[in-house]
Formats: sequence, structure tokens, C-alpha cells
Amino acid sequence: MTDDGCDEIRLLIQADMDGELQPAEAARVGAHLQHCPHCTEVQGQLLTLSDRVRREVPSYPASDALRAKLAASLAAAAPPPRRPARHWRLPLVPGAAFGAGFALAASLALVLLPLHGLGLPEEVVASHIRALQPGHLMDVPSTDQHTVKPWFDGRLPFAPPVKDLADAGFPLAGGRLDYLAGRPVAALVYRRAQHLIDLFVWVGDAPAGLAASGSRDGYNFQQWQQDGMSFWAVSDLNGQDMAAFVEEWRKS
Amino acid sequence: MHTVKWRRLSNPGGASRPPDAATFEQVVLPHLDSAHNVARWLVRDASLAEDVVQDAMLRALAYFSGFRGGDARPWLMQIVRNVAYGALATRRQRAETSFDEDFDGSGDETAALHVADPADDPEVALTRRQDLKQLEHALAALPAELRECVVLRELEGFSYKEIAQVTGVPVGTVMSRLWRARRTLMSSCSKGFDA
Repeated sequence: MTDDGCDEIRLLIQADMDGELQPAEAARVGAHLQHCPHCTEVQGQLLTLSDRVRREVPSYPASDALRAKLAASLAAAAPPPRRPARHWRLPLVPGAAFGAGFALAASLALVLLPLHGLGLPEEVVASHIRALQPGHLMDVPSTDQHTVKPWFDGRLPFAPPVKDLADAGFPLAGGRLDYLAGRPVAALVYRRAQHLIDLFVWVGDAPAGLAASGSRDGYNFQQWQQDGMSFWAVSDLNGQDMAAFVEEWRKS
Repeated sequence: MHTVKWRRLSNPGGASRPPDAATFEQVVLPHLDSAHNVARWLVRDASLAEDVVQDAMLRALAYFSGFRGGDARPWLMQIVRNVAYGALATRRQRAETSFDEDFDGSGDETAALHVADPADDPEVALTRRQDLKQLEHALAALPAELRECVVLRELEGFSYKEIAQVTGVPVGTVMSRLWRARRTLMSSCSKGFDA
């Protein structure tokens, strides 16, 4: 374990043990080990450790109770919601014929939305916090709206409007898929100095009775409806900047 | 209204077909045990791990149409990891805003580690058990970014490339994290590694 210039070869010794080396590299490691007692010792320790971890450290398979719970919640979440998706367009087109599939989907939505709606601000803020974890913020990091918008094609059953507000001091930073209130949603990420703003977008109205703005756990949110879609902006920005962001977004 | 396009979904022959419950069951559900094991080691709390797996599986179902085939295990584990770290962050946030919760023990990430085993017999048995658990505790005590590499590599048999995919860092970083993790484990359980 001493630093004697063998650091690089030690990563290779480790990789060799993990079965990650090509034969040529493995041979190079073998040749080094033949005349380096230090590294040979390290190799022995690594092998012992690996063996002990596999034997002594417990794995935790899913319990039967979890399996049962999961089966129930997956069954509840599984399509029908998918197939009638193409019918969901109908309420947006006045005068179109309403299919039986739509009637079913609409009644489901009516039942589901108020239930989910109760915790929606909490859920939106939790999603925002989750996204702030390293590596979670963006699936498509780009300041170019013409890169971000097409990225959502085929990933969501709708095309979210993507705007860059760099001129107003809120440059677009990227986008990702998220999951809110039981449905996949688009999340657009904007920056304001050191602050990040998540803008969640999905098709359909938000449940009635929710405040247009508020805060949870130190994060401000503001929500509105536009063009048949729901928009939720969440950030640690102060209320004033948040309102400015929403205003810029809505008028641009 | 005209911004709403359903073209992709209404074209069943297209590249992104709608998720199919049977396929999800065949492709993703077989990895439930792995998902739970990884969640359990990331959050170090039995009931939170179950919540994480539930949430992750529902997300996986929702994202399944975007899954491009291949091995579903790293794909699923990426979701599990995201949800797990999100759950930890949410809990930390709550603990910070509520002083009451700090002391009821339920919000303590390390609580699981401090629960004493029901001691069945004298010190011999205790010592033997402590020896066996020494490595387990050392692994649980590793920083998350090192712990996840060891769990994925040693317990789940992931390749470096798969670990890199799950954790979102380059393979070189995976190698050096594994190295740091193993060195820490060896020095915290030094007894077994004297040459």
C-alpha cells in the first residue's frame, strides 16, 4: 500500500482481478508482478478482500411483501392509460367524436387527478430536489432550444414547448424526463446566476383548488395553465425573480 | 392545441412502441432482487429501501417506452440510484427543517447499524459475529460514491462500463473509486489482510 510509483499498475492489477483487462494488458500485469513483491502483496490483499466481501457481506433480496405490494401498484399503473393516449387529443378539438376509449380515459383522469392533486406541490418540490443530486439534473444538457425540443420526441406523448430566455436573464440549460402525479412529464432546466429553475410541463389541467404559487421546504413554486398544458416552475429563487421568470416565459 | 402531437404514440410500428406490461415483466421485473439490494445498500434503511424500489419500478414502467433494448439491469439501476439519492435528500431536508424528527430515530440513516443483535451467548459468539460483521459495517460506512461502486461490482457483478453507466461517471473514475473503496475497506479491517 505504499506509494512507490506502482499506482498505475495497481489500477491494472485491480482491473485484472475484476476481469476487465485484454490479454495483452493482463500479460503486462503478470510480468510486473513477477519482479515486484509489493504489488504481488497488493494483489493478494485485493483477492482476499474481494472474496471476503462476497462471502461476508449480506445481499438483500426483495421481500414477498414488497413483491405483492409492487404487483398491485404496477397493475394499477400499467396501461390502459397508454392505449387511449391517442384519444386524449379529442377534448382539445371541439366537435370531434368522442370514442368509448376516451370516455374511459376521461373518467379515469377525473378519479385520479384529485387524489394525486393533494400532494402535487410536495411532489413537484421533491422532484426538483431529487434533480439537484449530482448527475440527475439533465438528460439533455444544452442551451439550444432546437436541441432540447426534438430530444423529447418519442420520449413523451406530447411535444413540450421549449423556449430559451437567455435575453431575459434565464438561459436554458437543458431538459430531462421526469415522472409526476403518475405520468411522465417534461422538465426544462433554466439558470439564474447560481440558481436552477425546473419547469415541469405536462398535458392536461392541474387539479382544481391548488394555489397558483407557494413554497415548500424553502423552495418556491408557481403554476399555471396554457394551451392545454400544465406548467410548474420550482426553484430556490426568491418570489420576485420567480414571478419574473414566469412572466417572461408566458409572454415570450 | 396544435403543439400537442401524438404522432409517435399512434404509430405502433414506430421505433418507440408503447410500453407493454408483459414485456416489462419479462425484461425489468426479474431484476427486482438486484434493485432492492442496491437500494438497501444505498439508503441503509430497510423500509426506505422498499419505498425506493416501489417508486423506481413505477418510474421504470413509465420510462419503459424509452428503453432501447439491451440489458435492462444497468438501466433499471440508474433509476433506482436516482430515486434512492432523491429519497435521502428529501429526508435530510425534512430532518433539517424539523427538529422533532431529529430525535425520534426514524430519520437516522445509520440507525440500522446501531441496532444491537439479540445476544444469544457470551463473548465468544459476540466476538465472532463482530468479526464477520466488521466488513459489512466498513462497507456501510463508506461514502456513498465509493459504496455504490463496491456494491455494484462485488455484490451485483456489474462491469466497469455498467457501473459507469449507472453512476454517470467515466470508467476511469469508476476504477479509481473502486480502488479507494477497497483500500479503505482493507485498512478498516486490517486484520484479515496482513500478508
